[in-house]
Amino acid sequence: MPTEFLTHNKIRLALHHLRSLDQAPDPQCRPLLLLHGLGERSPDTVPNWAVAWPGPIAALDFTGHGASTVPRGGGYSSEMLLADADAALEALTGPDHTSSSTGITVLGRGLGAYIGLQLAGARAPQVYGTILCDGPGLAGGATEPTSMNFFALANDGQPPDPYALVELGRDLRPPDYATSFVRLAVTGSPLDQPITVCAVFHPAWLEAAIGEHGVAESTLGDALSSYAALR
Amino acid sequence: MDHSAEPQHRTTSVQTRAYSGARSPDRHYRVDSDGVSIAVHEWGQESDPILLLVHGGFDFARTFDGFAPRLAARGWRVVAWDHRGHGDSQHAALYSWDADLRDAIAVMTHVSPHTAVPVIGHSKGGALMIQLADAQPYRIAALVNIDGIPSKRPIPDVAEHERTKMLAGEVAGWLDHRRRTATNQRKPGTIAELATRRGRMNPRLDRGWLEYLVTVGAFESEDGWRWKIDPSMRFGGFGPWRPEWALARLPGLAMPFLGVLVSEVEEMGWGTLPHHVTPYLPVDGRLEFVEGAGHFVHIEQPDMMVDMVLELFERVA
Repeated sequence: MPTEFLTHNKIRLALHHLRSLDQAPDPQCRPLLLLHGLGERSPDTVPNWAVAWPGPIAALDFTGHGASTVPRGGGYSSEMLLADADAALEALTGPDHTSSSTGITVLGRGLGAYIGLQLAGARAPQVYGTILCDGPGLAGGATEPTSMNFFALANDGQPPDPYALVELGRDLRPPDYATSFVRLAVTGSPLDQPITVCAVFHPAWLEAAIGEHGVAESTLGDALSSYAALR
Repeated sequence: MDHSAEPQHRTTSVQTRAYSGARSPDRHYRVDSDGVSIAVHEWGQESDPILLLVHGGFDFARTFDGFAPRLAARGWRVVAWDHRGHGDSQHAALYSWDADLRDAIAVMTHVSPHTAVPVIGHSKGGALMIQLADAQPYRIAALVNIDGIPSKRPIPDVAEHERTKMLAGEVAGWLDHRRRTATNQRKPGTIAELATRRGRMNPRLDRGWLEYLVTVGAFESEDGWRWKIDPSMRFGGFGPWRPEWALARLPGLAMPFLGVLVSEVEEMGWGTLPHHVTPYLPVDGRLEFVEGAGHFVHIEQPDMMVDMVLELFERVA
């Protein structure tokens, strides 16, 4: 399957088209964007757990991961990865990848779930459902400042970038910061329940999100079916 | 694979404008911070004791061209560096608070690997140094923070849905900016035009100084002058960080500490007042409140500030 390279500032992002529009069982169904966990990379083929999605499927390698650029000197933040995901959203809602819809559905694992939640709020009118799943980096860091320290890391330029592993593994995730994105999603989304949690493990930020209006809990299969049925 | 660009500009041999009391650094060199090239500037004799200056966000080391020579004249080797993406340092692919701290550590390790040194941080540079003094206290002998103690801003008295709407605009605006960063350039202009733009953020600084700053903080190309700062950077933004968290680290600092606050609130400052900070002062800390001065008090009143900080550092020495 072809890999498309997007430009986000000085980063070259790999967006893997695992199932193209013309291969989709239902070409009218909007694209599903897969966001991987911390230290992972996008799958090479449509994973078993996403096969049921009837539309096109694409997967993004975040900065410092997979086939995307590994920059020098670190400086990672969840917000910068949100902008990576936004670059994928822009590409997938362009004329090449979408037939009748102007939006996408997002499925995030671990760190990708946290970024998916942010994208659901930040681009609410264009995100038709976000599914949050277990995976590496789901917990992230503490909810308030810690006694963490700062060191240069050995880095051979190969993915995953050790700076990404350390910095994104400890980024602060106050619960009320997460819920602010839920409220953005609820306010701006065309859906009543724009976010569905399929994760078993609920770190503090996710527990707080679950408590908000507009967030459902479900199995992955049901979440995919439910969002795929939307027109 | 690293696609991050080399510095998009070079330090040029352009003749700087003259400004009373301002002087170019005596030495320039670069320090590598894990692949990001950091520009370091020094004033004073190499054999003199080291003193570090840390600039604020959207500033650069040469904004110390008036303050640093005065410190050097009092017997200090003054070292300042441009944060990544600022001044003559490399435009990095990524920017973060943690990365700025690591870059600071790279410079400190280069100039004084085994001995703690006195540090003056202005604005964001002061807030960064509070965190570094907490995380690596063995590096800092004494700390002066010039209007760089963040505090909680009063929350606007608006309804929840209005606040959500404001956040939606901020986040979407930031993402729209990120979509353009690959091709963004700073707006070109004449020296006078760039000085006018800078003057909107530095309303208390005089015209001569602002024009001087253009000649050391911008570069000239065919269509005019542009500030050197990475055009991917944007004032403001959003994130989980809370300004008041910096205060929580303050009481535990063991080195002598001087905080300087000012009465005139400006866009680039936090507007912190003495009663915000006093309860958090460390055991060997004190606070000075300068009436009638703004966020750049060390530029407005450099001689007064030199006396104030050296009183502390000479006591430590």
